[in-house]
Amino acid sequence: MGELYNRLATDIRFVESLKACINCGTCTAICPAAEFYNYDPRVIATTVQSRDDDKIRELMCSDVIWYCGECMSCKTRCPRGNAPGMLIIVLRSLSQDMGYFTESEKGRQQLAVKRAIGDQILLSGYCVRPDSVDPDMHPEQGPVWEWELQHLAPVMEKLGANYNGEGAGALRKVSDADLDELKKIFEVTGGQDRYDKIESFSKLKAEKMGLEFGTDTSSEYFQYVFTANNQKHNHE
Amino acid sequence: MKLEGKRLIWQDYQKEIADDNYFYARSCIRQTFFPGAEAVFVKILKDELGKDIHDEQHHTSCTGIGYHSDVVPFDTTMTVVARQFALMTEAGYENYAASCVTSFGLYTEILDTWHHFPETEARIREFLFKATGREFKKPKNLAHASDIVYKFRHQIAAKAKYKLVDKNTGEPLKVVEHIGCHYSKMFPHKGIGGAEYPYVLSGMIEAWGGEVIDYPERRHCCGFGFRQYVVQANRGFSLSCSKKKFDSMEPYEPDMIITNCPGCPMFLDRWQYALSEMEGKTYGKGNHGIPVFTYEEVAGMIMGYDPWEIGLQVHQVPAEPLLDKIGIPYNISQKFKGKNGEDIGMPESPSYLKFYAE
Repeated sequence: MGELYNRLATDIRFVESLKACINCGTCTAICPAAEFYNYDPRVIATTVQSRDDDKIRELMCSDVIWYCGECMSCKTRCPRGNAPGMLIIVLRSLSQDMGYFTESEKGRQQLAVKRAIGDQILLSGYCVRPDSVDPDMHPEQGPVWEWELQHLAPVMEKLGANYNGEGAGALRKVSDADLDELKKIFEVTGGQDRYDKIESFSKLKAEKMGLEFGTDTSSEYFQYVFTANNQKHNHE
Repeated sequence: MKLEGKRLIWQDYQKEIADDNYFYARSCIRQTFFPGAEAVFVKILKDELGKDIHDEQHHTSCTGIGYHSDVVPFDTTMTVVARQFALMTEAGYENYAASCVTSFGLYTEILDTWHHFPETEARIREFLFKATGREFKKPKNLAHASDIVYKFRHQIAAKAKYKLVDKNTGEPLKVVEHIGCHYSKMFPHKGIGGAEYPYVLSGMIEAWGGEVIDYPERRHCCGFGFRQYVVQANRGFSLSCSKKKFDSMEPYEPDMIITNCPGCPMFLDRWQYALSEMEGKTYGKGNHGIPVFTYEEVAGMIMGYDPWEIGLQVHQVPAEPLLDKIGIPYNISQKFKGKNGEDIGMPESPSYLKFYAE
């Protein structure tokens, strides 16, 4: 049994999501990601339960663990009560701790996720805010969204929101005191450490690739990982 | 559809839903895209049903999207959720009502984790105290907001001005219900009707006069997939999932889609727009789409609330064909106006999808 397997096995979600997999493939049959990507959650369970560190490392360095959408449809259907989607969460966590995520195109996207969602949580207290859904980065949002963004204050007032206001209500401003508590929680529980690791491993990769790293969503490396798609991820 | 057998299954998946005194936690996505839906929920509970609902100003995101796109560790998410429970405890409430399905799924998972691993709960209590000085009691009752509307669906029907019925034919409207994956796929016994035959929205549709469509991809994910939408390079995944659902429901000619998850109505609405621009394809007759609503909006519609005050104008797929079919009046000249009728311009018309404005 290898070191990587042992580390995976210390995660309570691992304990909850993998009793000996019987390789029936039910998870693969129901998986939306398996239909779109060249992806097979059954193989994830098989690889992990092989306890072969070389194979597990290869998996964590690959695009494969990043294909899952974490819808957890697999959890409902598995006759053993397993959850490959939960195993994926455990693998992704370790991949980021070890820095393996920067070895694959899909893994490198974690820098984009961290800056787009992760930073927003600590900045505003929300995972997403209207002002964070930029039409240039989200053309699919359409012209109604574009109009709404141009007139956010009056539209939100009409819809009964408390946009950037004090007190309760939709889209209220989360107070500085509440944000300070959130930041402290991130510091105490390892959340800030995860953010720092994503940034530092990504910076090393950006240097190797010769791309400007920067600190926000306009940097060369962010734009690269946000948009790069080698078109080799789907079924032939 | 043979309803009798399904009703027997649904009976196995009933859950206790508190009758009153709710601590309400809002949803990041719902507030961003359809804040009118949350306003309708609070209004119906307070004004129509006379319930006590505490609208907490100090809660934050549960970090759910960050957790499920894997940038936020489990300990961090559990401690943020513990802080929400502390706010509930401090406000004197025991019944937690989550607006968000991702949050609801996470709360369910965390309470289950703490049940099986009490040492984890103890560690999180220490983290929370160290970071904030707060302590908490776990909720006595945990419900998704759609559970609460389901519980009071008949009272809402009794007060409603309209039904989900075609005013010209008297026939029930054909309604697609779409349940957010994390409502019950992880913990089927925590959702009304379970995961295979969730009844939370079907119950509302039937109580409000409509007919539920049973179509092949009924349980398929809308395609959010967290990182699969957040990162532009992955959005083909998200779009393909929604398209699979639209293609599957199209032959049944649905009048509308109702959802209980904050993200799903936005994706099912926006991807119809994107598909129309990409392929010239629309899923309703005459370049109309299939209008997509939250269950709160539908409750507001049948109660006779002004469609533009509950926010139907911020949907990309227009609601007007459905309003016309039911016979709900609206003033098209006010659709894109401000609260006091002020002119704030209007959106551009899409290339294919029908657009209503004056």
